Amino acid sequence: MELFLWGKYRTLVVKLCGDLDHHAAAEISVSVDRELMKTGAINVAFDFSSVAFMDSSGIGVIMGRCKKARALGGRVIIYGASDAVKRIIKMSGIDGIVVVADTIERGIKEAALNV
Amino acid sequence: MYRNSMKVEFPNQSDNERFARSVAAAFVLELDPTIDELSEIKTAISEAVTNAIIHGYDNSQGIVTMEGTIFDDTVEFVISDNGVGIPDIRRAREPLFTGKPEMERSGMGFTIMETFMDSIDVESEVGKGTRITMAKKLK
Repeated sequence: MELFLWGKYRTLVVKLCGDLDHHAAAEISVSVDRELMKTGAINVAFDFSSVAFMDSSGIGVIMGRCKKARALGGRVIIYGASDAVKRIIKMSGIDGIVVVADTIERGIKEAALNV
Repeated sequence: MYRNSMKVEFPNQSDNERFARSVAAAFVLELDPTIDELSEIKTAISEAVTNAIIHGYDNSQGIVTMEGTIFDDTVEFVISDNGVGIPDIRRAREPLFTGKPEMERSGMGFTIMETFMDSIDVESEVGKGTRITMAKKLK
């Protein structure tokens, strides 16, 4: 996992790698929440392009970060997800509260993040 | 008629979730699954094994068992534990229900198993354990 701040959009970009399951979930949640506090970011953009597998534990991670971002007045963006990951996102209904896009640029545009 | 079977046992540690998915995927490979079928089986196994690991023994150590059987073009998996059991199976299977709200669980586990497999059966007894049986026919 790599995290960096895209200051212009107050967005924490989180590049996830490998399998997003219950085993991986806790570390991701803790790291993202800590960086949100530290950097002053209010939005989270998850880069799913290197995620090989996700189950419902991943939905839990996204839902949790959604609550955090909302409390800060921000949004959650998911981009680069495989069809298998998108299917689970759709099944859970969280595509109604997060922005799902092909690229981060499209996601930021769709979320209408203010500069 | 073709038959094959396997059984693995492992401690309820979360790093075994990936192990169980990989074993299940390797087991069904001889049925020549599509990428979608393989992904569905791995996800359903992951949900069942994660349930056993998180809820089965309530923070104490225990063994999770995964058995697989192939009959012709159908694969059946049984995930079982000898843990605390599920008091109300119907409620546990409701979408978005979670037995551990403090843990950021989505409550989607059973919904995913039901969607990705052809059949799923849950047997559980409080204090005795839980047994999830699910089957899928590969086209």
